[in-house]
Amino acid sequence: MPFKRYVEIGRIALVNYGKDYGKLVVIVDVIDQNRALVDAPDMVRGQMNFKRLTLTDIKIDIKRVPNKKTLIAALEAADVKNKWESSSWGRKLIVQKKRASLNDFDRFKIMLAKIKKAGVVRQELAKLKKETTA
Amino acid sequence: MAPQQRKPHVCRNPDLIRGVGKYSRSKMYHKRGLWAIKAKNGGAFPKHEKKAVAAAPTEKPPKFYPADDVKKPLVNKRKARPTKLRASITPGTVLIILAGRFKGKRVVFLKQLTSGLLLVTGPFKINGVPLRRVNQSYVIATSTKVDISGVNVEKFDDKYFGKKVEKKKKKGEGEFFEAEKEEKSLLPQEKKDDQKSVDAALIQSIEAIPDLKSYLGARFSLKAGMKPHELVF
Repeated sequence: MPFKRYVEIGRIALVNYGKDYGKLVVIVDVIDQNRALVDAPDMVRGQMNFKRLTLTDIKIDIKRVPNKKTLIAALEAADVKNKWESSSWGRKLIVQKKRASLNDFDRFKIMLAKIKKAGVVRQELAKLKKETTA
Repeated sequence: MAPQQRKPHVCRNPDLIRGVGKYSRSKMYHKRGLWAIKAKNGGAFPKHEKKAVAAAPTEKPPKFYPADDVKKPLVNKRKARPTKLRASITPGTVLIILAGRFKGKRVVFLKQLTSGLLLVTGPFKINGVPLRRVNQSYVIATSTKVDISGVNVEKFDDKYFGKKVEKKKKKGEGEFFEAEKEEKSLLPQEKKDDQKSVDAALIQSIEAIPDLKSYLGARFSLKAGMKPHELVF
């Protein structure tokens, strides 16, 4: 019931609107009630409204407004990339991206694979059904 | 070092902005070495004699002046070219035909003909599409490519696909309706052989890629949830 993900220095957030859509950023300072100073290894540090951010579970240990080098070192130390990509949210995003980039030929191959898998599952099911009724 | 090779010469007077060069007239005079040319020629710039102009034959005044001015048509320097081919369509690309008898068929692109139409083949054994011309606008180019190096498409051009002109037959009144229906044009054996020769090499390279044969044999269709503007082809 209570809040678990707080806006704090070091909180990793996902950008959900705008030019940096889909990027993981670190909240590096809070400017006022609505805005945060936000930084990521591949972008210039800048302000962002909280409405554009979705907080994640990941938090890293940094002081207020670190320089880029310290920030990158802290991200490496906390292993944010792997934590994110192994989390269910991160995995879902990866799958979405993969699906969106599929070729027409890829979609065809996936269709064949799905049919094959369904066939195998159905065979197993039929076998099990036979065993229980026999 | 071969005497023919010369590095392309960089401009002596680069533009600061359009219309304004970096160097002044006097500086350019020095840079171009006009002082050296003058010095070689003893203080004055070398002059060439004017070429003797052959005396033009004296023209007689015209006998007739038209009453009204005749307007000359504007000069048109446009050249007829085949339609610009989309960058995504290269020889060997798999295309999806969108209209006509073969709509939805996935087909291999061979080359662009001089009329601008695309020469395309099924291959015939795989999906029933023969060597055929197709307009670029009625085609989706996928990013799947097939190796087309073993195929010789030199001999195909627009004339190969043109309609055959029949000799006009004498119209007998009674036989008029019967005679017209009887003749059905059969495909000449030569075209069938062309199809086979083109497809032979193609089918080999198609079978090298797993699932590609069944892919080409299947038709494309939009299913539920597919948004064409979001699909990557």
